[in-house]
Order: sequence, then structure tokens, then C-alpha cells
Amino acid sequence: MSDSQKAVVYVRLKDGVLDPQGVTIQKALEQMGYDEIEKVRTGRFFELQINGNASNIEKKINEICTKLLANPVIENFTVEKA
Amino acid sequence: MKVGVVTFPGSNCDYDAYAAVRNILNEEVNFLWHKSDDLMGSDLVILPGGFSYGDYLRAGAIAKFSPIMKEVIQFAKDGGLVAGICNGFQILAEASLLPGALIRNDHLRFSCKFVYLRVENNKTAFSSCYGEGQIIKIPIAHSEGNFYHFDGEVEKLESNNQVVFRYCDEDGNVTEAANPNGSLNNIAGLCNEQGNVFGMMPHPERAVEDILGSTDGLGLFESVRSVISKMTTADAN
Repeated sequence: MSDSQKAVVYVRLKDGVLDPQGVTIQKALEQMGYDEIEKVRTGRFFELQINGNASNIEKKINEICTKLLANPVIENFTVEKA
Repeated sequence: MKVGVVTFPGSNCDYDAYAAVRNILNEEVNFLWHKSDDLMGSDLVILPGGFSYGDYLRAGAIAKFSPIMKEVIQFAKDGGLVAGICNGFQILAEASLLPGALIRNDHLRFSCKFVYLRVENNKTAFSSCYGEGQIIKIPIAHSEGNFYHFDGEVEKLESNNQVVFRYCDEDGNVTEAANPNGSLNNIAGLCNEQGNVFGMMPHPERAVEDILGSTDGLGLFESVRSVISKMTTADAN
């Protein structure tokens, strides 16, 4: 039996999709005096703990991202193996 | 007309939809539990408003995998009438039964108020009892009602006449000020290409009695009833 592995999935809004939270955070930074920050985009990440015996895991993670973790209409995702 | 109202964990407008159909339209209506796989012979399936699965991940993202949704998706593919209201609209978009996505309101706030809608297409099963261009008053209550789709796709929806309702002011002008959430082209409600699946962010089931402040939502239910009674008559012949 091999050790369990980890993958981290980052989900980001696609360019051009309005990110009102990012805009609000950027405005707050401006008010705090950090006016060199021109733009903020928010996103989220997921840590997946994967059973060490799993096979075909890259394909499965891709499926998981497309079907559930990201909405392909508005979001992109990237996967990093930790 | 036989109506099924799906109850997901976190649905909170299921009783409103149920009451509108049973008490105001005097039609048969059943609750459909999310774990069930039986649509109980419904002519119309309503996915109601609320916060299914706590809106975790994205509004509607988890509900699309509820057992009942397998049946709803098959029913829709077979031409059955499906209407999603508010969270129901979000679920239909997440399930790709309707185009686009509902993202966070551009002003970031939960918005709960009456809005005006212009009937853009009264040739659908969900809007035939309204006049074309009619202005109706229906309440909204949502945080994620900002309709979005890729460049080019919105134009496709427009040229296919899939936009059924658009946010407007009291006089029917489609303006930015009358847009409560930032939706592209002020889109408030739309249908799929086939016209049998429909979603809207405003709540027609909350505008069915004078005491609620408006009866303009009734037309939606009456439209579906008239389509179904015509289908039933055609079947009998």
C-alpha cells in the first residue's frame, strides 16, 4: 500500500467575468493607501487527499473539476500535485 | 394540470409554489423529495427558490447531483416542462439545462424588493398569457442573480428569442438603473432553445394574490396550464 497523496485545485474566475469581491477588496486597499494595487481577482482552492492506491487520478481530478469544483461557463481551474 | 415541486435540503420557497398552485390555481400539486426518483406524473416540474445545500461551492452546484435531478434532466430531454425560480434557475444553469451562469450581484448585496419586468417573448409555454411588451411587477430576493454568459452566446440567446423577461423600469424602459443585479442585457428570465425549460430570478409564486402586493405572477402558471390543457385535449383527440 502506498502513501496517500495530495492535490491542490485552484479555481479562478475567467478573465472578463466580473469579480465584485475583487473590486471591493481593491477599493479597500486604495483607501488604506495601497494605491499601487490596481486590480484584485479572488478565487478559491481545494485540497484533495487521495488514496494512495488510486489509479488514473489525473483524469479523475479533471473530471471532478469540470463536473463540480468549477463551473466552466465562468471559471478556469489548475491542479497542482503536492 | 399536475405540478411537482422539488424540495431540496435548503429549499424555502417550495411551500410558496405549492400554495400558489393548490390554493390559487386549484390544481393538483405534489412535493417531490430530492432523494426520490419519481416525478409522480407531473406535467410541470418546478425547482423552487431557497438555498439548496446551503449554497455551498456555488448556488445550485450541489443540487444538480440530487437523485431527483436525474429524472428531471431526463424529463426535460423528453420535452417535459421544467421551471426554475431563483435558486431553481441557478440549479438549471448549473445542470446545463439552461445556458449561462448566475453570478454574484454586481453590488454584492442580497436584494429583496419588487422589480418590473418586460415580457419580451410571449410565445413560450411559460408566458403565453401575458401580452408582448407587458410590464409586470414581481419580487426578487437573491444575492446571485447576475446573469452571465460568454461573448457571442448572449447574442445567440437574443436572436433565438430565448429571453422571456427583462428587468425594466415602471414604464418599461430597459435601463441600467432598473437592473437590480448587473445581469447582461437586463435578462431576468429565459428558456432553452426548445422552449420547454425555463428559469427566472424573480418570484412569480410570491405575486399571486392582492394581499402579496401583486398578482402579476399568476400569468406564468396560467400560461403553463393553458399549454397543458391544450396538450391533453390534443391527446384525447
